[in-house]
Amino acid sequence: MTAFSDTRPRHLLDFQGWSTERLTAILDNADTMLSVLDRPVRKVPALQGLTVCTVFFENSTRTRISFELAARRMSADVVSFAASSSSLSKGESLRDTIETLTAYKVDAFIVRHEASGAAHRVAQFSGKPTINAGDGRRAHPTQALLDAYTIRQEYGDLAGRNVTIIGDVRHSRVARSNTELLTRLGANVTLCGPATLLPRDLAGERVTLTTDARTAVKGAHTVMALRLQTERMDAGYLGSLPEYIQGYQVNEALMEHAEPGAIVLHPGPMNRDLEISADTADGPRSRILKQVENGQAVRMSVLYHLLVGRA
Amino acid sequence: MTITITNIRRPNSDTPETLTIENGLIKGWNLPAEGETIDGNGATVAPALLELHAHLREPGQEVKEDLASGLAAAAAGGYGTVVCMPNTSPVIDDPALVRALIEKADALGFARLKPSAALTKGQQGKQLAELSLLREAGAVMFTDDGRTNEDARVLRLGLEYAHSLGMVVSVHAEDATLRADGVMNEGAVSEALGLPGNPAAAEAARVARDIEIAALTGARLHVQHLSTARALDLVRDAKARGVPVTCEVCPHHLTLTDEALRGFDPMFKVAPPLRTQVDAEHLLAGLLDGSVDCLATDHAPHTRAEKEQDMLHAPFGIPSIEVAFPLMWTQFGEVLGLERLLHLFTGGAARVMGWPEPTLDAGQPADLVLLDLDTARPVTPAEFRSKAKFSPWAGQELRGWPTLTVVGGRVAYRR
Repeated sequence: MTAFSDTRPRHLLDFQGWSTERLTAILDNADTMLSVLDRPVRKVPALQGLTVCTVFFENSTRTRISFELAARRMSADVVSFAASSSSLSKGESLRDTIETLTAYKVDAFIVRHEASGAAHRVAQFSGKPTINAGDGRRAHPTQALLDAYTIRQEYGDLAGRNVTIIGDVRHSRVARSNTELLTRLGANVTLCGPATLLPRDLAGERVTLTTDARTAVKGAHTVMALRLQTERMDAGYLGSLPEYIQGYQVNEALMEHAEPGAIVLHPGPMNRDLEISADTADGPRSRILKQVENGQAVRMSVLYHLLVGRA
Repeated sequence: MTITITNIRRPNSDTPETLTIENGLIKGWNLPAEGETIDGNGATVAPALLELHAHLREPGQEVKEDLASGLAAAAAGGYGTVVCMPNTSPVIDDPALVRALIEKADALGFARLKPSAALTKGQQGKQLAELSLLREAGAVMFTDDGRTNEDARVLRLGLEYAHSLGMVVSVHAEDATLRADGVMNEGAVSEALGLPGNPAAAEAARVARDIEIAALTGARLHVQHLSTARALDLVRDAKARGVPVTCEVCPHHLTLTDEALRGFDPMFKVAPPLRTQVDAEHLLAGLLDGSVDCLATDHAPHTRAEKEQDMLHAPFGIPSIEVAFPLMWTQFGEVLGLERLLHLFTGGAARVMGWPEPTLDAGQPADLVLLDLDTARPVTPAEFRSKAKFSPWAGQELRGWPTLTVVGGRVAYRR
């Protein structure tokens, strides 16, 4: 039995209040969950009788499916709430929405929302265990956990590993959550992107900022490309997409400057040949599909941790 | 009609005195009691507070607030006069609407209403409103508050026209393009929270521009709700150069900082945003050295449901008119002293408007407030007269609560 230095967190909104030991335990348990996914019958009874509700105010089919499968593989009942087809469009408040769902005796919420902090509000309004499946630019903790898991799977340990994250860092909850988690697990993180997409205030201990991609990947064991929303160009953050590609695309030429054997990650969905070249995305360095597979196992581990044995 | 208020003290005096009011005016001090007698219970008496910046939401958004609830709230906060903002629906840019609002408010008997009117038609920032007719109807100030004056030329024309009428133009000084989609102060906290930031430079840049236009025209410019140290420095420098500019600061910018946003509660979402501790301390210094002319609440009521949205979708603004004085007295009474604090709530605001400083001398209008400076009571939003029954300071123990507000010789609020 692992001893934890924190009290058992009720929610996974970000990593505040989560001890490093507890986060490591979630990664350790994901090994077991991954083995469940390899069985002929990919189902265990751990969450039988519990109902998990995915509440997606922002579209994301992949993440929702990943969470829903994770819950179902542990025998939970799953219901989904999609904001676009809901009474939110009729003006119902976030509080009313969540209180109504809570009254249906839902046991846990999985929330995605375009506004930073919305998952915190859901947790306050529902009082039920809440998992942040991505809120605004703020946090995407399970993505960071699955990324850490994937890197750990490759190298055994994160201590001293160099992870470079390239792209639209400013608007990226993936970058924020990864930076926090990876540095806590002992990795060094380099954030890279054009100055307009690279907020200065994110620099810190073991976190380096640079606008030069070659400098950024030097010594990197892992390079993560972030999705670039093409609207950023119209909003004035970029001169042109070709200019961005030339400066920041993760491709074979850029990876030449990384450590030999360095792996490439992408949180998906990808813009092939924009932030990442197709040959790199499909090449031997890529662990992108591995991330997807690991995501389900990590989410099973998180659900197990938050819901099993909870009075 | 005569009222005698006994057992009250003037600021910084221990002597109990009696004040007599007759037909809406102060009759005199320490006269023999006559008419209705009210025991002041030793409270401190002062001219009623003067609010230059409140959103009363009528017409069009009465679900948030209306004249009855807003002016009752003002009276409960110790205010005798309220300048309301014109960003209603429709916008207050029509002389008939100004007249109708004043007439309705007069009949209510709470705080006096002095409407401001839009500087430009529909607050669109393009064509000047009928400024002279609006003044004739009773508008006391012109402003496109709620919007920023993006077109510098239109602001120049508005200042020139208003100046010719002897009127003040007040501005929401914020560069909307630099503010962009910011919902809180831009800085370390906004980056940590992943919320779009509004840089201090958005305010400073616009204040600098507007000061230049005031200098160019010689017209009276009033800068609303200053929130940053840098913008205050610009105002201070402009005043030293003789530019006719005044400014106000809100209690929430003095008592809260962007750290309050860490819980993602849109209760703390205001425009301009809560800034840093450095900014708050700088603004306080501005109250002390006189570079800030007055305190204004920017009372901005919303429905609870609107404020229970997420940080991106919830509207900007908090109700504060009922707690402004107790908040400032409790937090900064010792630093500022009672006299200066009262000046910031009364005489300072009057001076901005070009009105005589209110006094409690015989013959003056009987607009006064009794303040209990000693008894601590919690902020209880459920008891607010405002329709917006929530507050960032809910539960906080404050002193300095108004116990009686008299407007034009009538009791407008009594606790």
